[in-house]
Amino acid sequence: MSSDVRFTDFKSDKQPTWCPGCGDFGTMNGMMKALAETGNDPDNTFVVAGIGCSGKIGTYMHSYALHGVHGRALPVGIGVKMANPELEVMVAGGDGDGYSIGAGHFIHAVRRNVDMSYVVMDNRIYGLTKGQASPTSRQDFETATTPEGPGQPPVNPKALALAAGATFIAQSFSSNSQRHAEIVQQAIEHDGFGFVNVYSPCVTFNDVDTYDYFRDTIVDLDETDHDAQNRDQAKDKILESDKEYMGVLYQDEDSVPFEEREGIEAPMNDIPDGAPEGAMDLVREFY
Amino acid sequence: MPDDLNWAIGGEAGDGIDSTGKIFAQALSRAGRHVFTSKDFASRIRGGYTAYKVRTAVDRVESVVDRLDILIALTERTIHENEDELHDDSVIIYDGERTTMQDVEVPGDATALEVPLKRLAEDAGGAIMLNVVALGAACEVTNFPIENLDESLQKRFGDKGEAIVENNKKAARKGRDYVREEYDEEFGYELETTDADYVLLNGDEAIGMGAIAGGCRFYAGYPITPATDVMEYMTGRVDQFGGKVVQAEDELAAINMALGAARAGARSMTATSGPGIDLMTETFGLVATSETPLVICDVMRSGPSTGMPTKQEQGDLNMTLYGGHGEIPRFVLAPTTISECFWKTVEAFNLAEKYQTPVYLVSDLALAVTEQTFSPETFDMDEVEIERGKVVDENDIDAWLDEKGRFQAHFPAADGISPRAFPGTTDGAHMTTGLEHDELGRRTEDTEVRVEQVDKRQRKVETAKEEEDFDYREFGDADADTLVISWGSNEGAMREALGFLDEDGHDVRFISVPYIFPRPDLTEEVESADDVIVVECNATGQFADVIEHDVLERVERINKYTGVRFKADELADEIKQTLAGDAGTQEVEAE
Ligand SMILES: Cc1ncc(C[n+]2csc(CCOP(=O)(O)OP(=O)(O)O)c2C)c(N)n1
Ligand code: SF4
Repeated sequence: MSSDVRFTDFKSDKQPTWCPGCGDFGTMNGMMKALAETGNDPDNTFVVAGIGCSGKIGTYMHSYALHGVHGRALPVGIGVKMANPELEVMVAGGDGDGYSIGAGHFIHAVRRNVDMSYVVMDNRIYGLTKGQASPTSRQDFETATTPEGPGQPPVNPKALALAAGATFIAQSFSSNSQRHAEIVQQAIEHDGFGFVNVYSPCVTFNDVDTYDYFRDTIVDLDETDHDAQNRDQAKDKILESDKEYMGVLYQDEDSVPFEEREGIEAPMNDIPDGAPEGAMDLVREFY
Repeated sequence: MPDDLNWAIGGEAGDGIDSTGKIFAQALSRAGRHVFTSKDFASRIRGGYTAYKVRTAVDRVESVVDRLDILIALTERTIHENEDELHDDSVIIYDGERTTMQDVEVPGDATALEVPLKRLAEDAGGAIMLNVVALGAACEVTNFPIENLDESLQKRFGDKGEAIVENNKKAARKGRDYVREEYDEEFGYELETTDADYVLLNGDEAIGMGAIAGGCRFYAGYPITPATDVMEYMTGRVDQFGGKVVQAEDELAAINMALGAARAGARSMTATSGPGIDLMTETFGLVATSETPLVICDVMRSGPSTGMPTKQEQGDLNMTLYGGHGEIPRFVLAPTTISECFWKTVEAFNLAEKYQTPVYLVSDLALAVTEQTFSPETFDMDEVEIERGKVVDENDIDAWLDEKGRFQAHFPAADGISPRAFPGTTDGAHMTTGLEHDELGRRTEDTEVRVEQVDKRQRKVETAKEEEDFDYREFGDADADTLVISWGSNEGAMREALGFLDEDGHDVRFISVPYIFPRPDLTEEVESADDVIVVECNATGQFADVIEHDVLERVERINKYTGVRFKADELADEIKQTLAGDAGTQEVEAE
């Protein structure tokens, strides 16, 4: 890890193909800043991305990275971290990727509390497949596949996370760049699974959950007396359906990451040229 | 074969059938006898018929036969289930004092030995030991020194304290003494002991042991019969070598975790059965196209769908050979014996890393749940070699950087194999994606790059065919006109069948094939035989199909995979060239 890393070192030479104005630009910049700020460099960082406009983020960043199949980024990240706890692992994707096809993995990744961060670019729509309802879309949000709206209430990912035993839950807004970078940084620094839901507006397919909407609605928790270590307070804030918050909603400062509990310390990539010492004992067990 | 004895204990699931059978099998193995076990079981935890069968001889035994000499029947149904295998010299041990067993009808002239198992167990300290009383009775019937049981009782009950071990020894002796005193007859059986030292293990255990020996450090899985034993075996054991087993939330997570660990540089594996393979198939494509070394073990059971979870089948060959959308370079290995389960697993990891591809390790239920004796040297750990392929580090990475200093993780090398840098390697940072990508891992739809990368990935298979020995194993009469071919667990039964066939004057050449893809070319062998028979546990003959395919005369091919459809004029040109004998038009050049 070199100390002179700048956030631009995390930029790849591939130009993003996101629509001009897409919230994902700001989200990505904040992620890169946070990584640099926390003393990481591209060679010790592993970014796993989902599928969607949001999932392209891994392509536009420079680090060790894997862009996987739809909805399965979290388990990949868990595997990377377990096999090499010395790496900084960040998983990123969209609300469809994380809360629809990948919802099961989300719950279990939260429960598992591996020391990594998970950034979800929540635009309340499917961007890449051109504007269908996502699990965070409003009940009456009209799209080509849901002309009358999805007809079911949106999921509340922060409530899901809290219920599943999350140790870090935060909410951020991509256009508020300084705050956003700080929040992601806190997620990285958290000892355990750092979950950040980022409002990252889709300027092409979502004309309801716009920059203006979030700007007008969002309340910075730093400007309230919210105590993030107080789970009851966190629960109340998370369940308030008419409010959008920015900042750390909940953090368990006593969190012990999974790999620490399981005693996984060293990278698993160093193995001998032959069977490991003592392997013959494995045979003798069968006497 | 007077020395070849078939023994079984049967009852209801939950009666301790498995552990009792295993105690006896271990005792035989410790006494220097070869053992081959099999299980009849239903997919339920309590109730339902279940049996554990042991075939034992001083010489090696490789299969099960249709004959039962000694049967411990804990339920009447056990007798009915095995009626066809009993003969006039069979001995059935049962507890005639139990109400359900009072009117037992014994088939033919078989001997029914009533032993008050439960009462004797109570005398020894608890009814729960009635199975061990039966083992003691079986020792007497077979003239097998009861002392040989003691060590396996120690092994089974040692954790529970010496008192329990002693009570069980006492229970066994009660069974032996009862038979000795009440039945003053010779049963005609004799289990001779030898000085040989054997180990007794099943196919799943052999795979788990092969994985650890072969350097696997990360295993993620989701329980499914009959693959769970691989996971259970590795749990706790791989930790001792710096690794970890993770029980994932489902198979999708399992293969993705394993993929993540593999990308981080760990030798990594997942094991499942057919339904799990279905779920893993999307990620299987990603593993291949991201060029990640991964071993995926499919312990086959009866399908389709949930099929018959506890029954044998070899129905997934097509799935492992062709499964996944698009075209996926892969290796498919299928161990044919339990010892091969160990060695093929070791080989699977080497192939995966050398060629940076997924490897299917295809086993089956018959291998998974069967235990067999081996001399310990069969698993000689000094023979294990580990080849990690083209891994680069700080010192040699420069050779693989492009003019801008970017690591070419998908460099289209002549042999199809790119360099590999574990995350953490300075200057190695790179992107990998399931999207088609260029040599840097960046997404592309450029037709030339697309063709280059497809060709590069397929070239691995060609390189492997040159470098590796994808051979078959051969038994029987090499000059025979009849050729029998099989894959997977059929080898044992077929080898023994050769003996029966020989007795009847049939000369047979038998080829057992452990490599499904790439596989040995059997054209010559097939063409030189008068009759060719392919033996496999499935309805449609999936392996027979691939062999027929292999020996067929080849058609000319025109292929295009640039991502662009055929155009009429281009096609006409290609066809003309092909007809003119300009063969080798394996692909239409990218425009
Ligand atoms: C198995 C599978 N099903 C469907 C798709 C098609 N698909 C690609 S992106 C996407 C939705 C993405 O939505 P979201 O995660 O919200 O990301 P966004 O594009 O809005 O950033 C879908 C359904 C796919 N790639 N794989
Ligand atoms: S479609 Fe929406 S989410 Fe996708 S790049 Fe455009 S603005 Fe962003």
